[in-house]
Amino acid sequence: MLARWRASLVILLAAAPALVVLAGLVGAWLTPAGDALQHQWRYLLPDASRNTLILVTVVAIGSVLLGTTLAALVALCDFPGRRFFSWGLLLPLSIPGYVLATVFAGSLDYSSPLYSWLREEIGWQWPSIRSLGGAALVLTLTLFPYVYLIARVAFESAAQRYLEAASLLGRTRLQATREVLLPLAAPAILAATALVAMEALADFGVVAALNVDTLTTALYRAWYGMFSLVTAQQIAGFLVVMALLLLLLEQRARQAVRMRESGGISLRRRRLKPLPATLATLFATVTLGVAFAWPVVHLLSWASTHVAADLDTRYWGYLLRSVTLAGLGALLIVLISTLFVYARRADVGWVTRGFAPLATAGYAIPGTVLAVGLYAPLTQTLPWLQGTLFVLFIAYITRFFAVGHAPMAAGLARLPMALDEAALLLGSRPLERWRKIHWPMLKGSVAAAFVLTFVDLMKELPITLLTRPFGFETLAIRVFELTSEGEWERAAVPALALVLAGLWPLKWLAGRMSHAT
Amino acid sequence: MRLGACNRLLSITLAAVMMLAALRSAAAEATEPVVVYSARNEQLIKPIFDRFTAETGIPVRFTTADAAVLIERLAAEGKNSPADMLMTVDAGELWNAANRGLLRPTRSKILEANIPATLRDPGNRWVGLSQRARTIVYHPSRVDPRTLSTYEALADTVWKGRLCLRSSKKVYNQSLVAMMIKAQGEAATEATLRGWVANLAAPAFANDNQVMEAIAAGQCDVGIVNTYYLGRMLQKQPDFPVKVFWANQRSDGTHVNVSGAGITRHARNPAGAQKLLEWLSAGEAQRLFAGSNMEYPVNPAVEIDPLVRSWGSFTSSRINIVEAGRRQAAAVRVMDRAGWR
Repeated sequence: MLARWRASLVILLAAAPALVVLAGLVGAWLTPAGDALQHQWRYLLPDASRNTLILVTVVAIGSVLLGTTLAALVALCDFPGRRFFSWGLLLPLSIPGYVLATVFAGSLDYSSPLYSWLREEIGWQWPSIRSLGGAALVLTLTLFPYVYLIARVAFESAAQRYLEAASLLGRTRLQATREVLLPLAAPAILAATALVAMEALADFGVVAALNVDTLTTALYRAWYGMFSLVTAQQIAGFLVVMALLLLLLEQRARQAVRMRESGGISLRRRRLKPLPATLATLFATVTLGVAFAWPVVHLLSWASTHVAADLDTRYWGYLLRSVTLAGLGALLIVLISTLFVYARRADVGWVTRGFAPLATAGYAIPGTVLAVGLYAPLTQTLPWLQGTLFVLFIAYITRFFAVGHAPMAAGLARLPMALDEAALLLGSRPLERWRKIHWPMLKGSVAAAFVLTFVDLMKELPITLLTRPFGFETLAIRVFELTSEGEWERAAVPALALVLAGLWPLKWLAGRMSHAT
Repeated sequence: MRLGACNRLLSITLAAVMMLAALRSAAAEATEPVVVYSARNEQLIKPIFDRFTAETGIPVRFTTADAAVLIERLAAEGKNSPADMLMTVDAGELWNAANRGLLRPTRSKILEANIPATLRDPGNRWVGLSQRARTIVYHPSRVDPRTLSTYEALADTVWKGRLCLRSSKKVYNQSLVAMMIKAQGEAATEATLRGWVANLAAPAFANDNQVMEAIAAGQCDVGIVNTYYLGRMLQKQPDFPVKVFWANQRSDGTHVNVSGAGITRHARNPAGAQKLLEWLSAGEAQRLFAGSNMEYPVNPAVEIDPLVRSWGSFTSSRINIVEAGRRQAAAVRVMDRAGWR
């Protein structure tokens, strides 16, 4: 499709900002920084690394189990409430992880009314939510929709005739799903899992709210506590190495299961018998209840006392700015990741191929480190950029590229090269080929990439905080302002607005997904 | 893509760009504004800045973020920085900024008269603007206040399983420990912290509110918090069962930190910034600055919020608060060694 040098240029340009940040991290390793790192190795990093590894593994496995099961149920079966759950299960994406963590800590910890009542009346006790297990639970509940969405698209675009073939070979529906559909969807599920794992790797909000020590908290301890940004960047270097290993693992696994899909008659859903149908409805309801309804109700009760005093016309401005930044950012990221996945499909040299994964590594770098790591070199080499939104968008792209890239890469991987070749033989022009053949099959992925990035950017804080112009407040920044001194109940007002603003794009996405398949 | 869709996309993008342009239109001000980088949050500073502008005609522009991030931003921007003033919510970050050469000294008779010397930088690069007392709180029906004395005494085994602490990641605890190191040395401080950790009733909490809620719910009996968190709690719930005990009254005094500010090295409007600092250090501004968050004014002549006054007067530490910054990194190491997470 793209000429070789153009493809290489696209890949290198897309990876450039990430390379700047990564160069900074490498530079940190070459900078003497006293013995802060040795101190941390002795007292913090062994535990922190272990916790990070456990957290990433548990969250990845949990999200795959939860996301894939729900995706299979919604895509392949019919049960009461399926239509609602098909988009409703995306709702937890609109709740920032640290908000869910704080709600859980507030409603499940020892001093919560629920725990107090159960303890005193029934004598029940349970392990503290403020623990590694609690952090893994919260992260799984906020991140599984990535896997759910991407797996669902993959299941829904699988052709009916695969299932029919399996059925002719005497497989039950369940066996056919496991042996045929799951391998078909595997590349997409793996891509989504890598995304979830990177997000868990870089998470600071959830682990800080539950006071669990991980590599990210060790990083902030070195920076904020010991005033050593260099040590923090060295630790960020570990995170990036771990992320690159993850990406490598994902690529390996993806190659092993690579299969391509040539379209065909789409799936007919099977109506479940009453008992399994009830169980399916119950499962989806409980998941959504815990990951979405509960925190929203909790936020509502917090907000109710402050709505009258806090909610005023300023919120239109916050909302407008949040939506504008997230919308433009998501648009840019989708555009660039579309070019990028096509460029990767082209025959580029191994050097360029080697650079490509670096473009998505930004997702594993905590936002604050990434923002500072880009701000300094950008504003020092190009001072006129200071105070413009250019730095903000570059940082958005660097950090969230992976989110837009995953659905696009998974979508394009399903299109066989043979399709292009056939079209080429028929003498079609590149744009025509794209419009007539690729776009109809990719628009679901484009919509997914846009909305996932949009919802993530709405929640984004550290980059916006550092690079915004004076007096530029968004909903996420409002939440930060109020929580920075512990005013959680007042912060519920902007937090709810943030959730509400994420609702309609998610619902729209669900609609697009059904049209697309 | 159909042409219609293309056009729609284009017009959406255009509209968005125009909105952005409109949002950015910070109209050129007549008087040169004072530009503040603030770690103190918007709702606490904006009303006061608005008042300053109304009284003096000098506009104030500000942006907020974590102090560590603002300091990196100042350092990266260097001479090009628009900032005239850095405002933080603890002394450690001000010390760090000064130590990195990002703040300039300011000699001002007004500041010297209004702010006690222990709450100012000895090199005059920053001043405290409000005091945040971090002291012991307890449950009145389970603890007899006569059994309380010092922070250090909470390491005693009588408090085993009865103490709640916030995470050592929070700078407020790091400052407290830094001042303890200054007063008693690292070894004695480490022994105290080991005792605290051994006495914990629950893993360290993420914030002071959770510490007080745990005390109220009976998970523990004593804790160490900044008093303004209790003030806010009492505003919502006047019968909240947690009381203040002023620690170390017979020895080195209760630990206070400051929320404060300094003028930046490359300030474009240092005169305006100094005027703002001086204005904040006295009168109604000083009362509002501290009172809006139930903190203590730095200026002894200024009236204290009635609820805050109800906790009684106390003697605060006589050691200059600059030590909180100077010894913060050492404090973090001691906390790590003692296993305070």
